[in-house]
Amino acid sequence: MSKYTTIVGLEVHVQLATQSKLFCRCSTQFGAAPNTQTCPVCIGLPGSLPVMNREALRLSLRTALAIGCEIPPLTKWDRKQYYYPDLPKGYQISQFDMPMSEHGYLEISDAKDRFETKRIRILRAHLEEDAGKSSHDESAARGDSLIDLNRTGTPLLEIVSEPDMRGALEARAYLDELKLLLTYLGVSDCNMQEGSLRVDANVNLHLDESGERIATPIVEIKNMNSFRAVERAIDYEAIRQYTLWQESRQKIGDVPKQTRGWDDAAGMTRGQRSKEESSDYRYFPDPDLAPVRFSSEEIEKSRNGLGELPAALRARLQSEFGLSLYDAGVLVNQGRELVDYFFAAVGQGAPAKAVCNWVSQEVLRVLKERELGIDAFPISAGQLVDFIAKLESGQLPSSRSREVFDAMHSKNQSADQAMQKLGIEEVDDSALENLCRELLEANPQVVADVQGGKQQAVGALIGQAKKKNPNADPGRVRGICLELIGRGL
Amino acid sequence: MALTTEEVEKVALLSRLQFTPQELASLTAELGKIVGYVDLLGEVDTTGVEPMAHAIELLNVTQDDQTRSSLTREEALANAPKQNGEGYLVPAVLGD
Repeated sequence: MSKYTTIVGLEVHVQLATQSKLFCRCSTQFGAAPNTQTCPVCIGLPGSLPVMNREALRLSLRTALAIGCEIPPLTKWDRKQYYYPDLPKGYQISQFDMPMSEHGYLEISDAKDRFETKRIRILRAHLEEDAGKSSHDESAARGDSLIDLNRTGTPLLEIVSEPDMRGALEARAYLDELKLLLTYLGVSDCNMQEGSLRVDANVNLHLDESGERIATPIVEIKNMNSFRAVERAIDYEAIRQYTLWQESRQKIGDVPKQTRGWDDAAGMTRGQRSKEESSDYRYFPDPDLAPVRFSSEEIEKSRNGLGELPAALRARLQSEFGLSLYDAGVLVNQGRELVDYFFAAVGQGAPAKAVCNWVSQEVLRVLKERELGIDAFPISAGQLVDFIAKLESGQLPSSRSREVFDAMHSKNQSADQAMQKLGIEEVDDSALENLCRELLEANPQVVADVQGGKQQAVGALIGQAKKKNPNADPGRVRGICLELIGRGL
Repeated sequence: MALTTEEVEKVALLSRLQFTPQELASLTAELGKIVGYVDLLGEVDTTGVEPMAHAIELLNVTQDDQTRSSLTREEALANAPKQNGEGYLVPAVLGD
């Protein structure tokens, strides 16, 4: 039993894939020259008025329903006030007490069984605007910071989980599952490098101290730029907090919530400047924006249009096709298109397990090597079915299957063409038997060894058989040889 | 409703404003009068009236997700106290 349990809650900011910003029609395109995608609304000039982006509402509703959230009858937007150079209006338009969705969940599981399948509760998901970016360059700006407001006003969906994760592994599983879900939904490009997905983690420890359960103060970790960084930061923070607890004996409530930044290069979290002066955001309803009511028709339409989501797809691959959770996960994680390729092959009569093996190993290997998507993969599902059928019937020896497969995708050949070009033909049983008989007669020592109980001695003949006939299947050569020796030739 | 000097000091800090003790005293009195005026609304009996999220009964005011042209960078930066032609320049943002 560990000395403590690490408790984790995550706040994920997802940039929604709209063309224009949340409250104005400036482009959200990433990578434009600084300050070329702004207007009076997003830089907060007097007299400008925000107008809600309909597509942002649609995408947030779609996401909220996919994570099992309830949609309250009415939702509104509030001003969260704080002063920071990247926030030109002096407030962020966010949602305070009437978020657009609440009380959802995301189920996480581990194919390697390192933790039990569990539901992570989601407290709420709300729609808000992003801030700008500041950068600091001593040389260019003589000690000033440079502000780029292109990102200001980009729509973000903030998804807040309950502190239901225990440690870095579960947090990683939650993030992987959430990202996969968002990708299936098509609501965000989820590009972490471009900031489309940002994660803050709230971490503390539960420990037992002579029968009493104690919680340590909660620390919020920011500045994590990859899921790997989130894992490392949580692991680091747990050890730091345990060490601190032993020295300070500070419990939750003894000190205010602290914010720490993750330093990836140093592999540690650092205390950030205290923000106690800005902890009072003085939220109030934004008088410039009308509240929003989603009609029940709209909600039902969105729900019906969600499509088959990763969790359901994995369950179906297991129950209908007999795949393991691991195999189902490999297919589903690659995206719906690859799963459709699998379905197309199985639908044409190929055994599910064989298709899964070829898709999750060889097909994925080739896609990765050639940097292709499955839509551009040269072997169609039908051709793969044909290939697998030849393999299963013995027409194509398994020892040469990879050669044929590689010829099929690299030279755009059918299985038949590839086999013909490679000179592969099925060796019939009598020819194979004659070959084996010939080999055994030429190698009396092998026969004697096998008769003396060393079956593996047959192995020496397989190479010779392949030399005489490249199409001889090693497994069958071995079987026939043993059978002949058993029968006394 | 009277405001305390401490309350006004806190609001000033949150708004990044600095006042002399004399200014603080006069502002506390003036702000107190404004808040007191708004407090008049408290005299209306709202028992049984559903709270409103907005002053006018409008819902679902939205626009299509179609981009329009933005300000040129020159226009956007025109009013900046300090800029370098690319962006706004502000006193160094450090620490986080």
